[in-house]
Amino acid sequence: MAAKFENPIVRWIDHRLPIFSFMHHEMHEYPTPKNLNYWWNFGSLAGIALVIMLVSGITLAMHYTPHVDHAFNSVERIMRDVNYGWLIRYIHMNGASFFFIVVYIHIFRGMYYGSYKAPRELLWMLGVVIMLLMMATAFMGYVLPWGQMSFWGATVITNLFSAIPLVGESIVTWLWGGFAVDNATLNRFFSLHFLLPFVIVGVVVLHLVALHRFGSNNPLGIDVKGPKDQIPFHPYYTVKDAYGLGVFLIAFAAVVFFAPNFFGEPDNYIPADPLVTPAHIVPEWYFLPFYAVLRSIPDKLGGVLAMFGAIAVLFVLPWLDRSPVRSGQFRPIFKIFFWILLIDVVALTYFGGKPAEGWYVTGSRFATAYYFIHFLVILPLLSVFETPRQLPKSISEPVTGGGAGFAGATAAPREKV
Amino acid sequence: MADTHQGDTRRDFLYVATTAVGAVGAACVAWPFIDQMNPAADVLALASIEFDTSTVTEGMAVTVKWRGKPVFVRHRTPEEIEEARAVPLSDLRDPQTDGARALKPEQLIVVGVCTHLGCVPLGQKPSDPRGDYGGWFCPCHGSHYDTSGRIRKGPAPLNLAVPEYEYISDSVVRIG
Repeated sequence: MAAKFENPIVRWIDHRLPIFSFMHHEMHEYPTPKNLNYWWNFGSLAGIALVIMLVSGITLAMHYTPHVDHAFNSVERIMRDVNYGWLIRYIHMNGASFFFIVVYIHIFRGMYYGSYKAPRELLWMLGVVIMLLMMATAFMGYVLPWGQMSFWGATVITNLFSAIPLVGESIVTWLWGGFAVDNATLNRFFSLHFLLPFVIVGVVVLHLVALHRFGSNNPLGIDVKGPKDQIPFHPYYTVKDAYGLGVFLIAFAAVVFFAPNFFGEPDNYIPADPLVTPAHIVPEWYFLPFYAVLRSIPDKLGGVLAMFGAIAVLFVLPWLDRSPVRSGQFRPIFKIFFWILLIDVVALTYFGGKPAEGWYVTGSRFATAYYFIHFLVILPLLSVFETPRQLPKSISEPVTGGGAGFAGATAAPREKV
Repeated sequence: MADTHQGDTRRDFLYVATTAVGAVGAACVAWPFIDQMNPAADVLALASIEFDTSTVTEGMAVTVKWRGKPVFVRHRTPEEIEEARAVPLSDLRDPQTDGARALKPEQLIVVGVCTHLGCVPLGQKPSDPRGDYGGWFCPCHGSHYDTSGRIRKGPAPLNLAVPEYEYISDSVVRIG
């Protein structure tokens, strides 16, 4: 907090409102483990994706009309008549997909390196809350263009709540504001789709406060032993994040300009028709793993519970994996099961996008079973039976070969292996 | 040590070059988000209208909507035309001859928006006050316009605007 500013106006303001000191402390000198690899870029990328979604979304809201008679046409007007409307809508549409790509990588990075373990359990749980809010926001946003997939997606997903015993039907009627998905539903979804991103911003702030309490985890998963294990955030990680952002934006722009409907469904360019369901309904790709879990259980309530359970299990992950070693690098057996889980989730994504028949059903049942076995059986057992590899003494040690100092200068004499 | 100095210069160059490229990129991204608030293609497509002036008989006034604003079409009586022509230019705040304001003297076409702060002046209906000069009177802040729609009294700085228009037949006029 001892930042000295040369500009007298900045100094005057900072003395009364220490916003510049705060930013200097948290974004400039903020001590960060010096061994973070590129998988640590995805946190800041997720933040940038959120900003992209907010800016493009608020812009679209200037032209969109949340009414069943006008919604579809207002989106087409954005595509054809509004200046650069096509670009802004494609940014928003594909921005959602890229936001989920970034966040899913961020989550699997946290799983591999044990970032959810003490003292970062709340940091992890806040992250799961953000993911849940993202899912709700994305779902309601997909309804707004009022195409066939919008309408039937809304119908199917809201009907999930009818599985709740006794009050289910009343809850669904309450969600709809009527006896089917209709104008009232569209209006409230628009309102909430506008609101929830700001709630996400709020939870992201909590996520960052929790992060800065103990600082980032790192690929070795061991605690920093002092200033020699750390470097200031700026310029080292601002530059590294900026480079990753450049790569991300190249991929994002490539899809926005050359394959803008790659992630979309052609059926959503047909206006919503409450009397005709499309032959094959699929949610957006980022919901497919959970959709596969839902369909793999041959019981209405059971399927819904399994689907929400697949997310709920993430909340208690820090207490399922009791191994004191954070990083998967030092857990030979965990590492294998981590990759199997990743393949399992990819398989669920694949099955979720296929019709619910024949071999696909069998496959998705095995994949669903394995998903829960991984978290509820394998991880707790591994905590007991796995022998982790020897951890380095400090972040500096594997680099310097000696103790915890620069170039071993201050290291105690020690035999090299 | 000369090398160190050279290194500094190179680094400065990299900083400036990176910042410049970043600024150009940011400006390119910002433009679509600014331009989207400009009139859209469908709005521009409605920027001109056609109106048949033969429906407006002598002494009558009609208000039509053009680009979201009222346009006054008034079929003036010979007395009103004479009155407008008789005014010496030196009496006018915004000097303009009546001939320069109407393609056909009997049909005056002006944008019905007060040049003070944008209210719609009264004077189209027979029951409306027409101000001290027999044209229009703006009730918001008391501007008086004459039978040529020119400002004569009150806070407005300019005459009622004459829209761009042309006669595409004897009586049909295209505004815009």
